[in-house]
Amino acid sequence: MNQPLRAPLEIGFDYTRSLGPTLGQFMTALAGRRVLGSRGADGRVHAPPFEYDPLTSAPPAELVQVGPAGTVTTWSWVARPLAGQPLAHPFAWALIRLDGADTAMLHAVDAGSAAAMRTGMRVRVRWAEHTVGHIRDIACFEPGDAPPGAAGGPTAAAEPVTMITTPVRLAYEHTASPAETTYLHGLANGRLLGQRCLVCRKVYLPPRGACPTCGVPTTEEVALPGTGIVTTFCVVNVPFTGQQVPTPYVAAAVLIDGADIPFQHLILGCEPGEVRMGMRVTAVWRPPEQWGTTSENISHFRPTGEPDAPYERYAHHL
Amino acid sequence: MTDVAVIGFAQSPCVRRSDSTTSGVEMLVPIFQHVLASTGLAKEDIGFWCSGSSDYLAGRAFSFVQAVDAIGAFPPVMESHVEMDGAWALYEAWLKVLTGEAQIALAYGFGKSSAGDLRRVLALQLDPYLHAPLWPDSVSIAALQARLGIEAGIWSEKEMAEVAARSRAAALTNPQAQVSGAVTVADLLTAPYVAEPLRAHDCAPVGDGAAVAILAAGDLARELCPRPAWITGFEHRIDSASLGARDLATAPSATAAGRAAGAAGVEVAELHAPFTHQEILLRDALGLEESVRLNPSGGALCGNPMFAAGLARIGMAAGEIISGRASRVLGHATSGPALQQNLICVMEARP
Amino acid sequence: MKHQAAVLGVGQTRHRSRRADVSIAGLCREAVDRALADAGVGLADIDAVVVGKAPDLFEGVMMPELYLADALGAVGKPLLRVHTAGSVGGATGIAAASLVEAGRHQRVLAVAFEKQSESNAMWALSIAPPFSMPVLAGAGGYFAPHIRAYIRRSGAPAHIGALVAVKDRRNGALNPYAHLQQGDITLDSVRSSPMLWDPVRYDETCPSSDGACAVVIGDVAAARASRGPVAWIRATAMRTEPTMFSGKDHVNPRAGADCAAALWREAGITRPADEIDVAEIYVPFSWFEPMWLENLGFAEPGQGWRLTEAGETQIGGRLPVNPSGGVLSSNPIGASGLLRFAEAALQVMGKAGAHQVDGARTALGHAYGGGSQYFSMWVVASTPTGS
Repeated sequence: MNQPLRAPLEIGFDYTRSLGPTLGQFMTALAGRRVLGSRGADGRVHAPPFEYDPLTSAPPAELVQVGPAGTVTTWSWVARPLAGQPLAHPFAWALIRLDGADTAMLHAVDAGSAAAMRTGMRVRVRWAEHTVGHIRDIACFEPGDAPPGAAGGPTAAAEPVTMITTPVRLAYEHTASPAETTYLHGLANGRLLGQRCLVCRKVYLPPRGACPTCGVPTTEEVALPGTGIVTTFCVVNVPFTGQQVPTPYVAAAVLIDGADIPFQHLILGCEPGEVRMGMRVTAVWRPPEQWGTTSENISHFRPTGEPDAPYERYAHHL
Repeated sequence: MTDVAVIGFAQSPCVRRSDSTTSGVEMLVPIFQHVLASTGLAKEDIGFWCSGSSDYLAGRAFSFVQAVDAIGAFPPVMESHVEMDGAWALYEAWLKVLTGEAQIALAYGFGKSSAGDLRRVLALQLDPYLHAPLWPDSVSIAALQARLGIEAGIWSEKEMAEVAARSRAAALTNPQAQVSGAVTVADLLTAPYVAEPLRAHDCAPVGDGAAVAILAAGDLARELCPRPAWITGFEHRIDSASLGARDLATAPSATAAGRAAGAAGVEVAELHAPFTHQEILLRDALGLEESVRLNPSGGALCGNPMFAAGLARIGMAAGEIISGRASRVLGHATSGPALQQNLICVMEARP
Repeated sequence: MKHQAAVLGVGQTRHRSRRADVSIAGLCREAVDRALADAGVGLADIDAVVVGKAPDLFEGVMMPELYLADALGAVGKPLLRVHTAGSVGGATGIAAASLVEAGRHQRVLAVAFEKQSESNAMWALSIAPPFSMPVLAGAGGYFAPHIRAYIRRSGAPAHIGALVAVKDRRNGALNPYAHLQQGDITLDSVRSSPMLWDPVRYDETCPSSDGACAVVIGDVAAARASRGPVAWIRATAMRTEPTMFSGKDHVNPRAGADCAAALWREAGITRPADEIDVAEIYVPFSWFEPMWLENLGFAEPGQGWRLTEAGETQIGGRLPVNPSGGVLSSNPIGASGLLRFAEAALQVMGKAGAHQVDGARTALGHAYGGGSQYFSMWVVASTPTGS
């Protein structure tokens, strides 16, 4: 069997997070180079602050200033930092109990080497060059005690911080199923290959890993033509982030002659308003030199000019 | 209360990089066929289906939707999905048997960790304002926990290596294991750290897999299985999400779930411990005695398909009863950073 | 054996396109605190929590219930997280009900939410995986062709969708929690709004909302101890079918019809159109009202639009549908299903305020998701089963 086709899939979005009262005060304080904790129902000070007390689920009664130095309660060493972590060179993750707090904060310590790290060591905040009201305003911690008079930065009320942006970028490897791989190799050779379920005899295009109604792999290969009918469609007028086809376009369910299930494709070659249910269409392939193992080898479908299929022909595919 | 038993279990091989899609269909079809054949059931006999999986593991919204292709879900089925390990899917399935809405229920879990960078993906389980923006990876978080225990004298690097060596030796008889072998503790301790104080052998291998278990009620269970694994306690709890406020050297949620489920007196425990020190921590949290056989399958340290590995622990524990090797066992599943959430299923044989 | 369960209290947020005043936890707590107050209990009285929401990619948090454990008062308790696509809110209610019906717990909190403004649902739902044709265009692009198929199959007049939109938006104006407050919407304004996914116009489309819903479900003892009225859960049902398969009926899916049949059977209902006083049905695009009326058995196939056209689905009609304003007025996706279930409960509790249907004793809550493939439903009543 062919090795399944694989390709990168990147997921990226800059999430916009509103903070609410507690986190808003905390982030605002960070912008002013101060760290706040919250006092819990049991009197303990949590830093960073909780929004809801782990014991009582109540919001904090008050926020109090802590740090900017503290004590490492445990740590681990990162020899090869990952994308997005606070430091690009080897560093320690540590839980740090800030002075005045009873709980610990997770952050990075720029210690140079694992040998320089130990539980109980004193560390202090290293502020980012520009603080904006984000957890990354704390660039990291560094070994050492608080410098004298470092109990807080400018206390002048900064503009309240109500939102943060957190980019999430993840890289995945997408794998096509064995059946889809066969289908894509067919497309790369200018052929439309479906598969028949040996139990229910239905022809699936594209073929699936398993017949969705029988739960068994579909195995019998069926070559299909590039002609079919539009069973139903919509005209997409709405633009959106990540869209790859200019609007307006017709997204249609196309039932290929000989297949038992329609698939989604574009209809071009006529005005969107001329597309009809039952319209006969044919695949328009890109030039062969542009073919790859992708559904995009078929650029779109266009009307053939033949008479429309009667409703009865496709009514059970709606 | 209705008597409910685990009557069948199957697991796909745990592999570093499966050819399956992230929807799991290719891993699930063979194990569905296997578990149905082993119990003499057809898909039509299943009254309720429940799955566990994660969109972020797959990198796609609604990644579980296509998995129902593996069921052959037409005519339509009674079905649900949890964004959790399949062990919690089994819990939901158990509820449906207890209420009488189903007589036979099937739970499955699947995960293709190899699709992404698992330790980075799991950073998104942390709170999204204070921690996730720093991308603390899951191995480093576990390492913080490991050091706490080491420095408190609760476990040592040597004891952690002993867990690894024992697990790998046990996995020699588990054909689905991803890692197995005869290794010495001394050799293991010469390996470099991957996230000090954790070495490679302290961390579950990253890999892909799926697991499925079938539950049946009362007489039906007896009919379908010569020696059903009767569920006598099924409990789960969660701890605070605040890593710095929790005592990471303990797992109160595991202790509470174990106590409520009646974990005392089991002969075998399959613990879902993705890190060696977590097995020691869980053993203490559950109050398991020295005589308890731990992870005869090799445990998650020898194969940890995310969202299936917890269910696999319950299935493997049930297998100890079904096969006649034990008469009272527990299966455990965990979820979240540093053992935040824990589930215990206690099962026993009955004359 | 199934123990009787009841809804003791209901809470929801003020749904908006952007709830910039709260965090995710704060959004959930707004609904939770209202539900607890409505039920007259505190978080300490809750034995277990069930959380539901749609894809984690919407907020960029993997399994956010883990981080929410503290905010939801779940520390030391069982916490379940359900995800069944758009039907998840319904599945959340049903999972919570099951915990009581199975005799496991006395009081369970169900919470469902979506903070859509953290990202963009169109983006998250239209990520084209490699090798595929990038024709996806969000939920509207998916469902509009099936609406066209319904119109063709039923012969419904073109204005039916707009009638639904006018009704639901005007109902929404009676509901202080609803996102869209459009009491002055008219048939003409709907029919002149932009065509987004032809045949679906802008005003026939659900908004994108931040919001949460919470429901406290209890056993008989908890219900008896409750000071206010409760909504007795008479029946629940869930059905699933694959997204796409040969012979799939996208207009009248078998999973929905089977689900409804199972629901009516369990509830002892033989003539749903006569025996259901009010229905909260998941209608994210206006045309789904007549489609689901048929799928649920309130009308014969092809005839659902006649109920809509005759005004029977308005408040005061024979079968009021979505007096709360429905999904067309508020759509925090993960919560939308639970909102339907909760609004059905509010109706039989007699607490729906300005959108109360007079004399509502038996109500339907309905949700669906994926490609019209996941269905979850419940029937609640002002009296317990067997009364």
